[in-house]
Amino acid sequence: MKWPSRNLRVAILAGIGVCSMTGLGFAAVPLYRMFCEATGLNGTTQRGLRAPGSVGQKITVAFDSNVAKGIPWKFQPERRSDTIDIGGRDMAFFTATNTGDHEVTGTATFNVTPTFVGKYFTKIQCFCFTQQTLKPGETVRMPVIFYVDPKILDDPDARDVQEITLSYTFYPSESPAVKAAAATAHGS
Amino acid sequence: MTDTAIHAHDHGHDHAHDHHDADHKPGFFARWFMSTNHKDIGTLYLIFAIVAGIIGGSISGLMRWELAEPGIQHLPTWIGYLHHEAKFDDAMHFWNVLITAHGLIMVFFMVMPAMIGGFGNWFVPIMIGAPDMAFPRMNNISFWLLIPAFLLLLASPFVGIGAGTGWTVYAPLSTYGEPGPSVDMAILSLHLAGASSILGAINFITTIFNMRAPGMTLHKMPLFVWSVLITAFLLLLALPVLAAAITMLLTDRNFGTAFYDPQYGGDPILYQHLFWFFGHPEVYIMILPGFGIVSHIIATFSRKPVFGYLGMAYAMVAIGLVGFVVWAHHMFTTGMSVTIKMYFTAATMVIAVPTGVKIFSWIATMWGGSISFKTPMVWAIGFIFMFTVGGVTGVVLANGGVDDYMQDTYYVVAHFHYVLSLGAVFSLFAGFYYWFPKMSGRMYSEFLGQLHFWVFFIGVNVMFFPMHFLGLQGMPRRYPDYPDAYALWNKVASFGYLIMALSMVIFFWNVIQSLLAGRKAEGNPWGEGATTLEWTLSSPPPFHQFETLPVIDDHGHH
Repeated sequence: MKWPSRNLRVAILAGIGVCSMTGLGFAAVPLYRMFCEATGLNGTTQRGLRAPGSVGQKITVAFDSNVAKGIPWKFQPERRSDTIDIGGRDMAFFTATNTGDHEVTGTATFNVTPTFVGKYFTKIQCFCFTQQTLKPGETVRMPVIFYVDPKILDDPDARDVQEITLSYTFYPSESPAVKAAAATAHGS
Repeated sequence: MTDTAIHAHDHGHDHAHDHHDADHKPGFFARWFMSTNHKDIGTLYLIFAIVAGIIGGSISGLMRWELAEPGIQHLPTWIGYLHHEAKFDDAMHFWNVLITAHGLIMVFFMVMPAMIGGFGNWFVPIMIGAPDMAFPRMNNISFWLLIPAFLLLLASPFVGIGAGTGWTVYAPLSTYGEPGPSVDMAILSLHLAGASSILGAINFITTIFNMRAPGMTLHKMPLFVWSVLITAFLLLLALPVLAAAITMLLTDRNFGTAFYDPQYGGDPILYQHLFWFFGHPEVYIMILPGFGIVSHIIATFSRKPVFGYLGMAYAMVAIGLVGFVVWAHHMFTTGMSVTIKMYFTAATMVIAVPTGVKIFSWIATMWGGSISFKTPMVWAIGFIFMFTVGGVTGVVLANGGVDDYMQDTYYVVAHFHYVLSLGAVFSLFAGFYYWFPKMSGRMYSEFLGQLHFWVFFIGVNVMFFPMHFLGLQGMPRRYPDYPDAYALWNKVASFGYLIMALSMVIFFWNVIQSLLAGRKAEGNPWGEGATTLEWTLSSPPPFHQFETLPVIDDHGHH
C-alpha cells in the first residue's frame, strides 16, 4: 500500500480542517477587533483627520474616566461634559496623576455609549492612541480631539440620542496582561 | 436506505459457520479495555452514556426537588454533605454547580456519546458494509478520553466549591468571577471531551468516505449514515473554536491574559460569539443523528421507503450549513443593533424550512404505509410530535424583539428541553429499542417498552410544558427560588419529574429482564420494512462482519 493511504489522506485533510478552525478561533481575537473598528460595534470609535465642519445642531458629549486594578493613577476629565456642534471639532482634556511610588506606563481602552453611535464618533487625536508613562507624583494633561459625524442625523436609530458618553479605562501596560490586552484593545 | 437491493453472498448466518475466526473474541480485559472493535466500543459508549444519564438525570431530580416549593429547602443540607463548614452563599452557589453539571453532563457525556459514539460506532460501519471503522485504535482513544473528562467534571465540586458557571462558561463569571480549581477542571474536562469528539469525527468522516461497500454511493447511503457524516463535519468545524475560546478562558484565569476582561482592553462579548459559534452547531450535533434514527424507524414500521430520500439527506446538509451562521440569536440582549438582530432572526427562521421538509417527509412516509405501532415506532412518532413543539417555540424565540422579553426565562428552558429532552432523548430511546435486538440478540418486552413510552411521555410533558407558562410569566432561569406566584406550575413540573423517574425504572427493568431472559432475536425481527444492512446479519452480529464485502445492487431506485 502506498503512503499515505487513502484513509490517512482523508484523516490528514480532516486534521488540517481542525487546525485551521482552531487557528480561526484564536484569530477571532484580532479579527473581532478589526470588525469592531470597521463597523463601530460595541461603541468602538472611528479615526479621522479633519472635522467636516458644523452643521448647526448640537449634541452633548459626557466624559467618563476609570482606572483598572493595578494602576495607581488618579485619572479625571477636566470637564464632565461638553455641548458641541455636530460636525465641529472639539478638544477635551483629561488629567492623570501617578499616586504610586514607581514609574508606570498605562494604556487607555475606550468606547462610547450608546454603543451604536461608535461609528459616528471620530477621533482626530487621542492620548489613547499611544502609551503614557508617568513618574511617581507626575501629573499630565492629555487631550482628545474629536468630532461627531453629521451622518448621525440621518440614522433613525440615533434620532433621540442627545448625549454621547465617551469612556476611558487606563490599565497598566507592563502587566502580564499587556500582550493579550494590546491584542484585544479596541483601536489600540 | 430505501429499497436498495443487497446481495447477501456470504454474510449473515453463514458467516458464523464458514469462518470460525469471525466470532473469535479476545479475553475480557483485552476485549473491553483495549477494544478496537467498533461494536464493542459502541457498547462501551452506550454504557457510559447510560451511567452519565443516570447521574445527570439525578441532578435534575435534585433541582426539581428544590424547586418544588418556593423558598430554599434543601440546598444548605446538600452542600453540608460536601463541605462541612459551608455557608448560605455556598449553598446558593451549589445551585449553580447543579445546573452547570446537569447541562454539561447531558450534552457532552450523555447525548453525544450515545448518539455518535454509541449508535454511530455500532451501525455506521455495518450500514455502509464496512468491517470496522477506518482507525480502530483511534476509536479506542476517543472513548477512553471521555472517562478522564467525565471524572474531572465529577471531581470538581469535591476539590473546590464546584463550577457554577453554567454550561456556557460565560466570561467574566468564568474568568475572575469564580477563582479556585473547580472551573479549571471543568474547562479541562471540556477540552478532553472535545478532543475525544474531534478524533471520533475524523474517524467517521474517513470511514464513510473510504470504506463504503462496492455500489454504496453517497446517494444510496442510509440516512443515519448521512446524519452522522454531517454531524462529524459539524464537530470538526465547531469544536476547535470552543477549544480556542476556553483555552483563552484558562489563560485569562491563570496566566494573566485579558482576552475577555474589558478593564484591560478585552471583551467578554467576544467569548459569547466564540462560544455560540460552537454552541449553535452543537445543538444540531445533538439532534441530527436522531433525525437519522427516526427516518429508519418510520420507514421500517411503515413498510415503505422513506419519502423524499434525497430531500431528507440534503435537508440535513442545509441545517448543518445554515446552523453556522445563526449563532448570535443566543445573544440578542448583548446590545446588538436592530439590523443585526433582523439578520439573525431571519437566518434562524430559515432553518425551519429544511426542518419542515424533514417533518413532512416523515409524515409522508407514514402516509399510506402499513404502520405497526411497535415500541421504536411510538418513540419515533413521539419524537416528531415533541420536536415539532420545540421547533415552534424555537421560531417564537428566534424573533429578536420577542427574545428581549423571553431571554433567560423558563420559556427558553422549556424550548430547549422540548427539542433535547423530548426530541433527542426520544430518538435515543427509539434507536435503543429499534437496535436493542440487534445489539444484544435478545428481544425486549413489548409491553414494558410501550409502558415506558407512555409514562415517560406523560412525565416529561407534565414536567416541561408548564415551564412555557412560567417563562411567559417572566420566571428567570438559573435561580433556586421564586416568588409564590410561580408555585403552582413549579409543583406540577416537579411531579412530572417523579412520573418521568418512574418510567426510567420501567426502562431499566425492561433492559435487565430482556438481557437476562429475553426471547432470542432473529437477524431481522422487524420484517420487510427493515432494509438496511444491519438486518442482513445475525443478532448480535458476528464479532467481525463483512470479511467479504456485500455488493449493493444498482437497480435500487428511490
